[in-house]
Amino acid sequence: MSFWLPVWALWTRDLVRFWREKARVVGYVGSPLLFWLLIGSGFGDLAFFYPGALVLTVMFSAVFSTMSLIEDRREGFLLSMLVSPAPRSSMVLGKIAGSATLAWLQGLVFLCFVPATGHTPGAAALLEAAAVIGLIAFMFTVAGFVIAWQMESTQGFHAVMNLVLLPLWLVSGSLFPIAKAHGWVQWLMRANPVTYAVSALRAPLEGHAGVPGPAMSVIVTASFAAVLFAIATASATRKTTRAFV
Amino acid sequence: MIVSVENLTRQYGARTALAGVSFQVRTGEIFGVLGPNGGGKSTLFRILATMLAPSTGSASVAGFDVERQPAEVRRRIGVVFQSQSLDKKLTVFENLRAQGQLFAMHGRALAERIEEVASRLGLADRRNDLMDTLSGGLRRRVEIAKGLLHRPTVLLMDEPSTGLDPGARRELWQYVEELRDRQGITVLVTTHILDEADRADRLLLLHEGKVVAEGAPADLKARIGGDVVILDVDQPALLLPDLRARFGVEGVAQNGSVRVEIGNGHRFIAEAVEAFPGAIHSVALHKPTLEDVFLDETGANLT
Repeated sequence: MSFWLPVWALWTRDLVRFWREKARVVGYVGSPLLFWLLIGSGFGDLAFFYPGALVLTVMFSAVFSTMSLIEDRREGFLLSMLVSPAPRSSMVLGKIAGSATLAWLQGLVFLCFVPATGHTPGAAALLEAAAVIGLIAFMFTVAGFVIAWQMESTQGFHAVMNLVLLPLWLVSGSLFPIAKAHGWVQWLMRANPVTYAVSALRAPLEGHAGVPGPAMSVIVTASFAAVLFAIATASATRKTTRAFV
Repeated sequence: MIVSVENLTRQYGARTALAGVSFQVRTGEIFGVLGPNGGGKSTLFRILATMLAPSTGSASVAGFDVERQPAEVRRRIGVVFQSQSLDKKLTVFENLRAQGQLFAMHGRALAERIEEVASRLGLADRRNDLMDTLSGGLRRRVEIAKGLLHRPTVLLMDEPSTGLDPGARRELWQYVEELRDRQGITVLVTTHILDEADRADRLLLLHEGKVVAEGAPADLKARIGGDVVILDVDQPALLLPDLRARFGVEGVAQNGSVRVEIGNGHRFIAEAVEAFPGAIHSVALHKPTLEDVFLDETGANLT
């Protein structure tokens, strides 16, 4: 049975839907943009808060677009996937590719505001930033998939978003650097995968290496995403013994 | 036998949804599964559609075991869900195309097949409409088109008339009968609606996870024989001994009336009204329905 056709089917489906609901961009890019302008202007440092706000945009988009999985599986398009001979792994990849692409595109929209920070990255740095945004989009999408697949309701998903993902973002170096954090928070930041995502983005945008270093940041982010992807595939291909009701 | 189910059980924790169900479906027939909500129909449907594993027992579709060879089964079944399984933001064509791609269909062959199925279901001029803009009856037709796209040999339908008006329901059944007659497709349909069950070639009555009767609708109704008479009286329980003594019939008392199954209803009514002057407020007579069959077998009402 073909592996790539189902992936293509799901990926194009997400892109077409997105194109028909372009207004969603305003929602996902709008609120991080507002946070950034308010916090950045308040502290008088738009540049420092910019990478964190961009990561927040990508996180919102990736996580909310995987949330559709919960409803989709019970009452929607994914129902027919579950009774089709298409391999489950292609379903996982197709869904993740679709949501990650959308998150990436919205990250790129946010990237257009970089001149407002006073930094002017060159073409190579911008390309690097775009690639890093793609990696971060993939990581958050896979994380969203893993959470959504375990969830029976969207309420539970919101709880995880508020109690896990947002706090992780708060201690990721988006709002204050590791060096200025006190005591145990500093350790939390070092253990937090989102810290590495934010740091990976700082390097190309600010033109100098942050803490942790750029190579280390990219490696940790990519490894974390790979581990989550393995979990996502394993949980989706596990034999179904429970009802989807 | 195109569908074969043997001693199938399914537990959800302590609750038993299916308690040892066995039956067989013949190739090319419309097989109905009738029962009240919560009777085990949906669980049976999910198991046959390979979405749920049985607790014990086995089921096979088109010769393949649903638990051990789900991919083989999936290639041969078309599934029409009770809930929507279409993407509302996509057009009819886009939905069908995505479905085809799940079954490794592509290119011209897929486009032609979509045209073929869509025109047979009267959807040809709707191909570029968004699902959102279609009526309930049209959406159900798209669901059926989707289920048929990959040329399945068995079509599984879960409560297909839910939310359809009588006109749309009649149309839907015309399509289903056409599928059976022209293409020899076997159709298994779950329902709690009597009209719908009456149109099946054979029926399985399911109650509390058990099979209570099986057979052609006409045969099931013939088992009762004669007529069903409902006598509206003040004290149903008091009338039962008299009925037994005078007419030799066993009535059943139910909320303010007595229900009697009897060979010649007309004569019985005349005699009963004479025999119990003033006691009977109103009388109703009908030929046995599947509802009566169900009541007879289970002592419970279907709806």
